[in-house]
Order: sequence, then C-alpha cells, then structure tokens
Amino acid sequence: MGKFFAIVLTVITLVSASIFAMHIWWMPVDISVHGPALDKQFGETLMGTGFGFLVAQLSLAYFLWKFADKGDGRKVREFPGGPKVTIITAVVLVGLEILALSFVGQKAWASVNLDPAPPNAMHIDVQAEQFAFYFRYAGPDGQFGAVHPEKISDGNGNYFGLDPENDIPARDDIVVGSLTIPVNQPILLTIHSKDVGHSFYVRELRIQQDFVPGIVIPVHFTATQTGKFEIVCTQLCGLGHYNMKAYLEVLPQDQFDQWLKAQAGQ
Amino acid sequence: MHDTSDQAAVHHHAPPKGFLWTHVFSLDHKVIGKQYYFLSLAAVVIGMVLSWIMRFHLAWAAAAIPGLQHLSQVGAPGGIITPEYYLSLLTLHGTLMVFFVLTTAPQAGFGNYFLPIQIGAEDMAFPRLNMLSFWVTFVGFVTLVSTLFISDGPPISGWTAYAPLSALGNDAGPGLGRGQILWVISIGIFCIGSLLGALNFIATTLDLRCKGMTLARMPYTVWAWFITAVLGLLAFAVLLPACVLLVLDHVGGTSFFIPGGLVLSDKLQPHSGGSTLLWQHMFWFFGHPEVYIAIIPGIGITSHILASTARKPLLGGSRVLVGCMVAIAFLSFTVWGHHMFISGMNPFSSLLFSVPTLIITIPASIISLNWIATVFGARLRFHTPGLFAIGFISVFVTGGLSGFFLAQPSLDIYLHATYFVVGHFHMVMGVAAIFGMFAGTYFWFPKMFGRMMNETMGKIHFWVTFIGVYCIFMPMHYIGLAGNVRRYSAFVDDYLIPLIPVHKFITIAAFVTGAAQLLFLFNLFWSMYRGKKAEENPWDSTTLEWTIPSPPPFDNFGGRHPIVYHDPYELGVEGAKGDYVMQDSPEKLAQS
Repeated sequence: MGKFFAIVLTVITLVSASIFAMHIWWMPVDISVHGPALDKQFGETLMGTGFGFLVAQLSLAYFLWKFADKGDGRKVREFPGGPKVTIITAVVLVGLEILALSFVGQKAWASVNLDPAPPNAMHIDVQAEQFAFYFRYAGPDGQFGAVHPEKISDGNGNYFGLDPENDIPARDDIVVGSLTIPVNQPILLTIHSKDVGHSFYVRELRIQQDFVPGIVIPVHFTATQTGKFEIVCTQLCGLGHYNMKAYLEVLPQDQFDQWLKAQAGQ
Repeated sequence: MHDTSDQAAVHHHAPPKGFLWTHVFSLDHKVIGKQYYFLSLAAVVIGMVLSWIMRFHLAWAAAAIPGLQHLSQVGAPGGIITPEYYLSLLTLHGTLMVFFVLTTAPQAGFGNYFLPIQIGAEDMAFPRLNMLSFWVTFVGFVTLVSTLFISDGPPISGWTAYAPLSALGNDAGPGLGRGQILWVISIGIFCIGSLLGALNFIATTLDLRCKGMTLARMPYTVWAWFITAVLGLLAFAVLLPACVLLVLDHVGGTSFFIPGGLVLSDKLQPHSGGSTLLWQHMFWFFGHPEVYIAIIPGIGITSHILASTARKPLLGGSRVLVGCMVAIAFLSFTVWGHHMFISGMNPFSSLLFSVPTLIITIPASIISLNWIATVFGARLRFHTPGLFAIGFISVFVTGGLSGFFLAQPSLDIYLHATYFVVGHFHMVMGVAAIFGMFAGTYFWFPKMFGRMMNETMGKIHFWVTFIGVYCIFMPMHYIGLAGNVRRYSAFVDDYLIPLIPVHKFITIAAFVTGAAQLLFLFNLFWSMYRGKKAEENPWDSTTLEWTIPSPPPFDNFGGRHPIVYHDPYELGVEGAKGDYVMQDSPEKLAQS
C-alpha cells in the first residue's frame, strides 16, 4: 500500500507541476508598463513554491515507499537531526523567500497603487452599474461636469447624472460604453459605482480594482500595445454579473485623436 | 500546572430516561457530539448536491437537469438554471460548507465527543449550555435551508454577503430581500451557538482535566480544539454584531453599510453615511480566523492519527505543534486585510497585511515538515484513517503553497476573484479539513458506534477521493491563471469560452469523486448496523478514549477516575507490551 501511495503521489505531483511548467494555461501577454514587474514576481514565486511543492510531496512519497510496517519488529527512527532541522529549514527557507518577495513585491505594488499618476495622464471617468461600464471623457474643455445621483437615469441615457442645462462643463462630456485609449499614453481612471460593488479587470493590463460604492478610486496605467481587449466585472454584483463586460480598445495616437474628435462631434 | 482533584470528575447529571431525553434533548456530550456530526452530514450532503448542480451547469449551461424545476419553478424553469438561481445555489453551498460543515463537524462534532474523554472528564463543563448550543445551531441551519423554499429564493450575494449588494433589498436583485434577511439571521444564530460552544470548550479544557492530565500531556487534538475555541470566541464575537447591523440596514432603516447617492432601477436609495468597506472589515476580521477555525481541528486530528499510524509521536512533539498552532491562531487576527487588497482600502495597508500573511506560512511550514519528517523512519500502518491523515498532509501542503501567491498584493491584482483563489481555498480549507473529518470518522467510528467501518469500501473511498480532488482543484489553478473569473454562472466572454472544456473535465472529476462520497455514506450507515464489532482499542492507540469500552458508557469511565501517568503518544516503545503504553498505564518506562 505504501508503494502504491508513493507512485500515485509522485504521478500527481509531476503531472501537476508539468502543466504549470508547460504554460498550457497561462496569463495572456502583458500590455502594460507596470506588468513585467508583476510577471517577474509571479515567476519567482512559482519557482519558490514549485521547489517547495516538489520537495515536500516527493519526500513524502519516498518515505511512504520506504517506511511501511512490514511486521518485522523494526524499530521506529527519528528524523536525523530532529525537529531542529525542520524548524531551521522552514524559518530560513520560507523566511528568505518572504523577505525576497516582500521587497520585490512592494516595488511592484507601489508602482501601481502608491505612486500617483503622471501629471500628463489622460483622465477618464468610469462608472459601473448593474451590469455595464460607462466611460466619460472630459471633452474639448478638459473639464468634467458634476455628477448628480438624483439625475441618473438609464431610461434617458443619463448614466452619470449630468446636468448640462445648468452645468457648463457637463455639456461637452463624452459618455461611451467602451474604453478607447491611445497607446503609450499614461491613463488615469477615476472609478466609482452607481449601485453595488463591481470590479474592473483587464487581464492584459494586469489591473483589477474594485468599484466601491461611496468612494472614487484612482487607477493609472500605460498601455504599450494596440489592440482590443475585454474588460470584465470580477466583483459579485447580482444576477447579470457573468455578463457584465466592456471592451478596451488601444489605438495609435492619431487614430485615437480622430476617434475622440468624431465622438465630440456627435 | 493545573491538576484537578478526583472530585472534579464526579458526574453532574444522572443518565436520562426516555427517547426524547436520551437522543434528542440530551445533556450527554457524546450524544451532542453525534448530533453535531449528523447535522454536518446533512449540511455536507446538501452542499455537495448543490455543487454537483453548479458544476453541471458550468460545463453544460444550456442543458436541463431533470427534476430541478420541482425545486424551483422560477429558478430552474424546465430544469435549466437561471443566472440568479446559480448565484443562490452558490451562496447556499458556500454558507452551508463553511459554517455548518467546516466549523461544525471537526470542532463541535468530534470535539464534543472526544475532548472530555481525552482529558478524563465525564462530560463538558456546562452540559445544559452544550445542549443549548447544538439546538441554537440547529435552528440556524433550518433558517438557512428554509431560504430554498421561500418565493424569493436564497440570497445571491455569496457566502461573504458583501454590502451594499446584501443590504439594499430586492431592488438589488432576487433573493436579496427576505432571502438575505433569513441568511443574516441564520448566521447570527450560528454565531450565538458557536460562542456558547467555545466557552464550554475552554472551561472544560481548563477545569475538568483528570489527575495527571497536565497541559503538556494533553493530546494534540485537545490542544487543537482548545485553540480553536479561543479563536471562535474572538471571531464570532465580531461577526455577530456585523450581522445585527446588516439586519438593521434591512429592517431598521439604518445605513451602516450603505453610503449615500446610490441609484437602483433609476431610484435614488434612501440611505446615506454608511461604509461598504466596514462590512468587509468586520466580515474578514471574522473570516480569516474562520479559515483556521476550520483547519486547526483537522491539524489536531491528523497529528493524532498520524502518530498512531506511524507508531511514533510527531517530530517535535506537542511543544512544537502547539507552539505553531498558537502562532497561527495569533497571526490569524492580523491578516484579514489580505482578502481586501483590491477593495479600495488604503494601498499602504495592503503591504502591512501582506507581511503577517506571509509570516503565517512559517509555522504552517514547520507543522507540514514535521508531519513529513514523522513519516521518516515510521512503521506505517495503512488503514483507512491513516491514509486520510497522510492524504491530509499532501493536500494541505498543496493548498497552502498557492497561498504564497495570493498573500502578495501585487500578484493578487491579477489572481483575485479568479478560479486560482477557488482552487486555493477549496484545497486548503475545504479538502484538507474534509480529509481531517474523514480520518476522524474512520478512526473514531469504532469508539462512537462500537463497530468497525468496512476497510475495503474505506480504501476505495480514499483512493478515488484523493486522486479526484487533485483532478478537480488543480485545473482550477490553471484556468485561474488564464484569468477565469469566479462566481460566473456562464462563460460568455471571448477569452473564457476556450476554457469551457477544462470546466467539463472538472465537472466529470467532481461526479466521479462525488460517487465515492456516496460509497462513504453507505459504508457509514451500513457499518453502524452490520460492521464488525469493535474492540476497545482497535488501532493500538494510547490516549484515554481507547481505555474505555466501545461505545463508552454514559459516564465515560464507568465510575472510574482515570489517572494519567504518561505523555499522550508513547508509541513505538521497546519492551512495552505491543509497542505502546497507554496514557493511564502505571507501567514505568525505561528512560531512553
């Protein structure tokens, strides 16, 4: 039984690890400036935990193979070196791993969440609601109109609760259902929710950030490749959660300018 | 060290008469332990069936499940699940499993039955409180399950019930009115039952130990139940007021968790001033220790059974194990924010929460390495409880390692709310804890029911389950890496559609593994009546539960006051009769 257990455990361990190693299912190619640091940290964590996984499971398998009770009255033996060895191994190996990851990780986290957006970042306002995202560009005046929750109405398409009659900056605000941005241009999103919690997740941008009702949260990034990508909701927000999505379109600067002009003209 | 006198062991209530007082409103900790166990069994069966329905739907979203329309005409018209009904089932699955299975069976079930016996006591410190805590928990269970049968259906806000989705009532979605209120009441009631139970466990452990049962001589399990009780006392004491506030937001017109300016169905909500993050903080202040409430009893049970399986005490003994469990318990109250890295809380606090989250892996790694090193040089007896104990080590290590990724805020950005998280917590909290329960069931069944469980069925159950759980939960890590979002009732996004074949594989694995659980259920009930008669000590173990008849008499020790002379795991002892010395044996050991 011990040998059988050892074989099963070895097979499970090797198959599980190989599928990771072969990248059969993997993160999509990163298109953000901050992403490579996160991917590198992911790789380092995978190496560390992969090593731990293989050593732990395969040692367990080996011991199961070797130390079955054969009824021969063999004496039980202590692990050489006793608990000191296991404690020191855990403290040193895991401790070093933690130190390494914490220092690298802080830098990566800081570049996303602690550093402010560059001053030249293009500001786009984002509102989430059950079950859609809406994006607002400031228009030619560069200013956003104020949000009036009592004026929000999906029925007449006033998703942000704007009051263009009384509020001049609101008059040229551009509201659209997908996010179009220029490549290599820092972007600042201010995200807020109309109703319940939602989340903004773009795999290729390595960004996930909750929309929290009552709070406006800044998110900044720079996309380095053009293309069309999916924005999906990752915070349970109700029955249509699975179907809440929008597209992110990253365009060359000139195409983006044309697109924005066309939107403003509408 | 606290040694109780002989008087402390005097039984403080007489054997009851009549079915009602013997089996229903019993004060006997053994009956209450079994009641908790069977309550969990009922919960796990419902929870598992719900997971089958969900798994089937995820793999074949358009296919009908015959007969499901009878459960809910609205939720599953023609047997095809609606998106909202999927979320209802998901909420019920998570809530049943976390509260009524993982928190109930390992601690309140086995703990109630065996803690008093293992410390040489005749009952818990407060038998009436004990009965009350079970029946309170039972009412919580009935309240929760009742949501399946109300017109609203169960809430769709998940087991974490994030506000304001959970606070705004039916305007936010189906099931979020009456269904959600019943859910909150059920969890509040559950908190009360758990708090009462925790008090009882702590008082019993500290006060009712028999002569010679010093703290250092307490079995690993007793330590685990004791530490878990302390955790429960602190954690449920925070969840309970959170539940009260959430009910008030529904029925009292308050706005604890609802900020102003929210608009639902073009209607400005009449709330202002609340904080949605407040709910998350209160919930996870409970929620993270809860993970350890679920797993520490399993750690204790596995260690207890591993010693008997390996014929030697754990490497490092009680001192290292207990030290690590205490460290884990303490740290568990400092890490709750790692569930909230991307919640919009101050990003500086994410860094702070990340550090203790990573540090907690050190005591967990020490325990794991000590288990593996205990297997070295052992004389392993591969009976079913031993197999599940060893299986526990493997899945605990696997599930724990993926925690390394999620503990780092910068990696959580990508992995948060993906199936990577689902795979992680199912492996470490669900599967490992359930393996602990299986190990405990096979190990203690003979003591509880006086008969042995069938070993052949047990072994088939183990092998299918062990291979099965890896087939179910490892692929979840892979698709999580591909960005597969959790809590989706169907996969309609362009990048998710190619992952559906993996979901089909997982679903098939879940059905095969599920079939093995049916075999376990059959074995359990069949063995209760047809199993081979059990001896007093079928596993050659050393702790006090194996010094008394199977099943034990009403007062546990038959009027005898046990005296403990030895450490709990004198196994692999040379020169002893067999290879072990019972804890209460006056026999002197040769000093080695």
